[in-house]
Amino acid sequence: MTVAHQTQTAVTIPLDRLLHMYRQMVAIRLFEERVNDLYTRALMPGLAHLYIGEEAIAVGICEALNRTDYITSTHRGHGHCLAKGASPDRMFAELLGKASGYCRGKGGSMHIADPETGNLGANAIVCGSAGLATGAAYASKYLKNGRVTVCFFGEGALNQGVLYEEMNLAQLWQLPIIFACENNMYNEYTHFSETTSGPIMARPAAFGMMAVEVDGQDVRAVYSAAAPLIEDARAGGGPAFMLLNTYRYHGHHVGDIARTYYRPKAEEQQWASDRDPIKLLTDWLLKEKRADAAALEKIGTDLTAEMDAAVESAISAPYPDPSEVNQDIYA
Amino acid sequence: MLDTQAAKTNRDAVGFGDAVREAIAEEMRRDPTIVLMGEDVAEAGTTFKVLKGLVEEFGPDRIIDTPISEAGFTGIGVGAAMAGMRPIVDIMFGDFLTLIMDQMVNQAAKIHYMSGGKWKVPLVIRTTMGATRRSAAQHSQSLHAWPSHIPGLKVVVASTPYDAKGLMKSAIRDDNPVVFFEDKISYSKVKGPVPLEDYVIPLGVADVKREGRDISVIATSSMVQVALGAAVMLEGVGISTEVVDPRTMWPLDERTLIESVKKTSRAIVMDEGYGRYGVGAELAAVVAQGAFYHLDAPVTRLGALHVPIPFSPPLEDATVPTEQQVVELAMRLCGKA
Repeated sequence: MTVAHQTQTAVTIPLDRLLHMYRQMVAIRLFEERVNDLYTRALMPGLAHLYIGEEAIAVGICEALNRTDYITSTHRGHGHCLAKGASPDRMFAELLGKASGYCRGKGGSMHIADPETGNLGANAIVCGSAGLATGAAYASKYLKNGRVTVCFFGEGALNQGVLYEEMNLAQLWQLPIIFACENNMYNEYTHFSETTSGPIMARPAAFGMMAVEVDGQDVRAVYSAAAPLIEDARAGGGPAFMLLNTYRYHGHHVGDIARTYYRPKAEEQQWASDRDPIKLLTDWLLKEKRADAAALEKIGTDLTAEMDAAVESAISAPYPDPSEVNQDIYA
Repeated sequence: MLDTQAAKTNRDAVGFGDAVREAIAEEMRRDPTIVLMGEDVAEAGTTFKVLKGLVEEFGPDRIIDTPISEAGFTGIGVGAAMAGMRPIVDIMFGDFLTLIMDQMVNQAAKIHYMSGGKWKVPLVIRTTMGATRRSAAQHSQSLHAWPSHIPGLKVVVASTPYDAKGLMKSAIRDDNPVVFFEDKISYSKVKGPVPLEDYVIPLGVADVKREGRDISVIATSSMVQVALGAAVMLEGVGISTEVVDPRTMWPLDERTLIESVKKTSRAIVMDEGYGRYGVGAELAAVVAQGAFYHLDAPVTRLGALHVPIPFSPPLEDATVPTEQQVVELAMRLCGKA
């Protein structure tokens, strides 16, 4: 059986990598707080699905990827894009529909894509990117370019049939892909236990696919689990499935304020106080005396200035000219 | 091996499927990033044997048998196209487009636009259309109107071996997702001249299959042969019929269609898709608007009957437009009925 359960943080992670992961998690947190602010101030059109609480997953996995490796993302995708190397100013610009955004304003929050960082795109269809992620992995194997693809998806995608078509093909053809399932426990406004039969880990097992279950709040555990799976896939060892247990602090989207009908406030408070990924890493770094509080605080201060400047530049950036509406339909 | 086959073939009577296979083989020799995947495409050469011999030449790494997972392998085609390849995915029956709708419509068609022009999807979705093979309601539909409705897709509907080969080559070389429809009845019934030398037919150029003065029949896929048959019969009653084949639903060569109707002043639009909300409606609207001041009769459509396609031969045959229907309609529109 190829299923390994709850991984332990065993790999020794160098300090610069730990600090980089800390920085990336804080960057995503600050970015998302500003998204929340922009949205509630009615400066951001459309919908905003925040990644706050889940930062350790995108960061821990993307830390183990090369720039040329591929990711696909979801409607809750800002964290994945930033962790893969997107710059906050062009992200904010896209969220506001500005011409300087990653997609020249044509994609918005749910469709950020960037070939330069291997980002095949966030996708607004639940499980919509499983096919193209598996296809990119297929191309990497065929072209022998050594790239690995990570397909990020939420536990809501577990009940889309196409996921299993792709997992079957990936295992059958031994493709270099990681299926990263972020279980934040809620399919929109419904607890996953109400929608999902049987143990989740039995699903990859059905395909004979290597699978691990990981504490998605512990960035060191995520990185330690992801790195060997990614290198194994790169070396031709085939795909893997990661079940990353996590929690979405905010609602399904910013407008989802009154949530007690589907989850209790005490549950939200407990995750934020006891299981926060940034706090967990901070506490560990301080306890192990790997970093001092002042150094960590400076990272936060510098990032705050960077994020505020990025927001300002996006707000003042011009919209695309309406004549661009007919551009880029065909290559 | 295929070259030898081709050399032996009478180039004046190349089969429709053979022309498609030649196009794919020639492009695959030219470009190693082209692969073809689908159900039973390798040793079986598809259920229609159109791809027979390709796996022997290109091997199982490039002619790939997939599980019966249309959405799964079409998704792989989309991603592989984004990541540097030129895949062709084979959807055995056009009816199975229902199974790949998200991959085709929400993913392939929109990725270029949604990414602000940064990602490209050079993918060919090869599939079939057409009734009268006694295959009943789930294996006989002509659903080319569906992808034609979606910005970001190109749609080819070829009627002759020559067109099929040249259009398939263009489809493979195109940097966009192209849905390529082959009429199943053409595999057994349509042969025609195909030169040995390399050629392509650009997407978006209609072809006048027969020149005439009195009425234009704008026809697609197998309906082109029906229109040509009707044109011969109409000649006998003194009606000179022009037959125009748009060849691609999108891009659409509006100018050639409109010019034909301006010249003849009458038009029948025929298509094997369901008539209601079909491509016939679009083609009729284009010529009605573009040639309005030249019209001597209402632009009239002939499409498949609006019923699920039945199995029993006399029932099925009643669903598809016939030469006789074209003749009667043309005579009425020309005031000779």
